[in-house]
Amino acid sequence: MFDSLSSRLEGAIKKIRGKGRLTEADVDEILKEIRTALLEADVNVGVVRNVVARIREQTIGVALSQALDPSQQVVKIVNQELTAMLGGETLKITYASRPPTVVLMAGLQGSGKTTNSAKLARWFKSQGRQPLLVGADLQRPAAVEQLRTLGRQIDVPVFSEPGDPVATATRGLAEARRLGKDVLIVDTAGRLSIDAEMMEQVRQISANIEPDYTFLVIDAMTGQDAVGVAEAFHATLAIDGVIMSKLDGDARGGAALSVKEVIGRPIAFASTGEKLTEFEQFHPDRMAGRILGMGDMLTLIEQAEQAFEKDQAEAAAEKLLEGEFTLDDFLEQMQQLKKMGPLGNILGMMPGMPKELKGAQIGDDELKPVEAIIRSMTAEERRKPEIINGSRRNRIAVGSGTSVAQVTQLVKQFGEMQKMMKRMGGAMGMGRSGKKGKQKGGKASKGKRGGGMLGMPNIPGGLPNMPGMPNIPGMPGLPSGFPGSK
Amino acid sequence: MEWIYLALVALVLVFGIGVLVLNRRRSPELTDERTSEIVRPPRPAVEPRPMSGPDTSTGTAVLEPSAPESAAPEIQPEAEVEAEPAVAAEVEPETYERPSFTSRMSKARSALTGAFLGIRSRAGITDSSFDDLEEALLRADVGVRVTDELLGGLRARVKSKEITTPDALLDALRVEMTGRLEGADRELHLVPGEPGSPNVWLFVGVNGVGKTTTIGKVGALQRSEGRTVLMAAGDTFRAAAAEQLLTWAERSGAEFVRGAEGGDPSSVIFDGVERAAARDIDLVLADTAGRLHTKSNLMDELRKVRRVAAKGAGRVTEVLLVIDATTGQNGLTQARQFGDALLSDDTGVGLTGVVLTKLDGSAKGGIVFAIETELGIPVKLVGLGETIGDLVPFDPGQFIGALFAES
Ligand SMILES: Nc1nc2c(ncn2[C@@H]2O[C@H](COP(=O)(O)OP(=O)(O)O)[C@@H](O)[C@H]2O)c(=O)[nH]1
Ligand SMILES: [Mg+2]
Repeated sequence: MFDSLSSRLEGAIKKIRGKGRLTEADVDEILKEIRTALLEADVNVGVVRNVVARIREQTIGVALSQALDPSQQVVKIVNQELTAMLGGETLKITYASRPPTVVLMAGLQGSGKTTNSAKLARWFKSQGRQPLLVGADLQRPAAVEQLRTLGRQIDVPVFSEPGDPVATATRGLAEARRLGKDVLIVDTAGRLSIDAEMMEQVRQISANIEPDYTFLVIDAMTGQDAVGVAEAFHATLAIDGVIMSKLDGDARGGAALSVKEVIGRPIAFASTGEKLTEFEQFHPDRMAGRILGMGDMLTLIEQAEQAFEKDQAEAAAEKLLEGEFTLDDFLEQMQQLKKMGPLGNILGMMPGMPKELKGAQIGDDELKPVEAIIRSMTAEERRKPEIINGSRRNRIAVGSGTSVAQVTQLVKQFGEMQKMMKRMGGAMGMGRSGKKGKQKGGKASKGKRGGGMLGMPNIPGGLPNMPGMPNIPGMPGLPSGFPGSK
Repeated sequence: MEWIYLALVALVLVFGIGVLVLNRRRSPELTDERTSEIVRPPRPAVEPRPMSGPDTSTGTAVLEPSAPESAAPEIQPEAEVEAEPAVAAEVEPETYERPSFTSRMSKARSALTGAFLGIRSRAGITDSSFDDLEEALLRADVGVRVTDELLGGLRARVKSKEITTPDALLDALRVEMTGRLEGADRELHLVPGEPGSPNVWLFVGVNGVGKTTTIGKVGALQRSEGRTVLMAAGDTFRAAAAEQLLTWAERSGAEFVRGAEGGDPSSVIFDGVERAAARDIDLVLADTAGRLHTKSNLMDELRKVRRVAAKGAGRVTEVLLVIDATTGQNGLTQARQFGDALLSDDTGVGLTGVVLTKLDGSAKGGIVFAIETELGIPVKLVGLGETIGDLVPFDPGQFIGALFAES
């Protein structure tokens, strides 16, 4: 999501990389770039002005001090400012001592309140809670019907009555008490922040149900208006946190940065896709790290060098290109990778990773099922996954606590990956001196549907181009082949 | 050999995570199942107003019929959907009071108001005047590029002493901006006549921008001009999306075709077109599921919807991108990507226009200025609220005027 923002910032800083000292003109130039980058990312104009002023002050200091490596210093300053902007800790949900914990959802029309109400309900369920949803959007045609359908999908009851939204919300609270539900989520109609009547209505809903949490749902694609909207809703409802929706697109998410700065409330959850599972708590610190670390190949390589055993890694790479890379090898490399720290951070540092991966909050457990599947295979199966038949598949699924479909998928895609690697190995003369993969990864598989190769087909072109290039254009290929992006 | 590490890291991450965590959202495979059902509006019996020459009051251009497109539909309905006596044309269309563009838009203080006060309060034109203008344009989501361009031109004219007073500066900006929006074709195109060859207007856009609502409004407008309309619920993805559209079909007296939830949208559209053709309905309004322009499988799906809509008797005469006025700089990317995805081989055009919704809010929708001037896609309609009559033709003068309004 913050993709282009960080690449623009990187671009700005690149210009002064290697300069011995900074002149005032250099500083102006960088700041102009940074300003444009932020504005193009939809960061609010006022916020940009403040941030740029702060960066200027410090950068001038660097210029004057004639520090040794000014570009590094500037990077540091920008980093600090961005971190501060996004800042804060993950919003921790505490539950009301007298249940239910009441959550009110508010926002503009079309921001995604209904879907996110259901996603939030699902999230509470995953925390061992028993939510009740209330459909108090009696305005938009079929909004309640939509919520009911979603409720069925996640097996959460939905309460709603036609008529008055304030009454429905209030009755919903009584209903939650009666049913012994411990979380109540009230979906409301979308409204314009300047619609006095509608704002008064939601204020009344809030006064009646006394929410423990009021979340403002904001579309990640929102422009300059986000700040005004957030201020207005905050003034009426006292917002506790923001839910950013549609973070799976390529919007640069400047609204996210700005809202925090202006109303002082954190982004609590991020919605990263249309599936009800695509919803996570937002970790500002992680996100900041990711924005800043993005494309930070050198750090990545450094970390990798420390984590991976050198000989093993080389051997593995060779096998890879010869198509002899087994699931055992994969497992081994995975262990090495784990030493590199949180997966989310590693992802953030990989340039050209699929947006779906970057935008998503990848937890450290995400690789567990893959690991479990491989570990449930016999040594022979790991060497020759093609022998895995129906009954073996069942055994592996049971053993690893996954589904047969997952096992099948893993085996199939591993097979395809092997083939691909082998082809690439051939093309590169075993990759030993493989500096130049000719083809541009990105184009190669674009438009080809299916295949399910997880972007692997594209790596060949991308990776060999990387060595020792701090400003690597990235692995252009990865995104297009990735499942989520097709 | 650093790249080895990268290769391994990438491998583990992409393969490991990709396999199990992120699955394909939905597969747009075409199923041949015909699951559409047809719902009919209530029918008072009144003669429809005959369709004739261009009706300038609503901005709908009626074009000369073009040669019918080649036949060979991509999909053949397996079973003919039950045909009932045609009715749709006979509902007495209500007329709705249309809101005035400026009255709705100026509900919120104009983004430029503060800036103007500042600029006018100065005796001459200074750097601060330009800073104020720049900030105001940026706040309206006009974007850095366009703003730089606009102000660059003005700076030169100030330098050459062509512009000397604050008032002249503001006027010049207004004229410049309005000028850039002049001359675009903002008509909604309808090819008349030829019974059995309905026009198809396709509505596309990201989630929640107001596609379905706009279809409801457009349907009502077209009905009030005496045309017969069919709404096709091509959003088979979002829960209860078809119910939402059905409500609008009932409100506007349009016929309605839906498919199974989760079904193939192009077959719903295809059914809609066939149905309309069979009943001599003039216009099919095709709804589609909201989608992010970054999801290529969903863009493929849309491409197919367009193709299928034109394969049989239908002619796709409008492909409208719906954009929400709150949209920031991403709007430009949206327009570009949807345009590319929907590019027609015949006409070489992707999107035929933009509908700008929610202009009744505090957002100014400045991104459409960039979309129109940079991509050449005309803004055709403006949404000014949630009720059936809240739709007006886009008027550049009023749009810029509302940006500039000093209320
Ligand atoms: N205020 C306002 N709200 C609108 C306008 N157009 C649509 N909406 C609202 O935006 C929300 C999303 O609209 P919908 O048609 O469902 O969007 P879709 O997902 O693109 O089909 C609904 O609550 C609509 O009532 C408009 O012009 N002004
Ligand atoms: Mg819709």
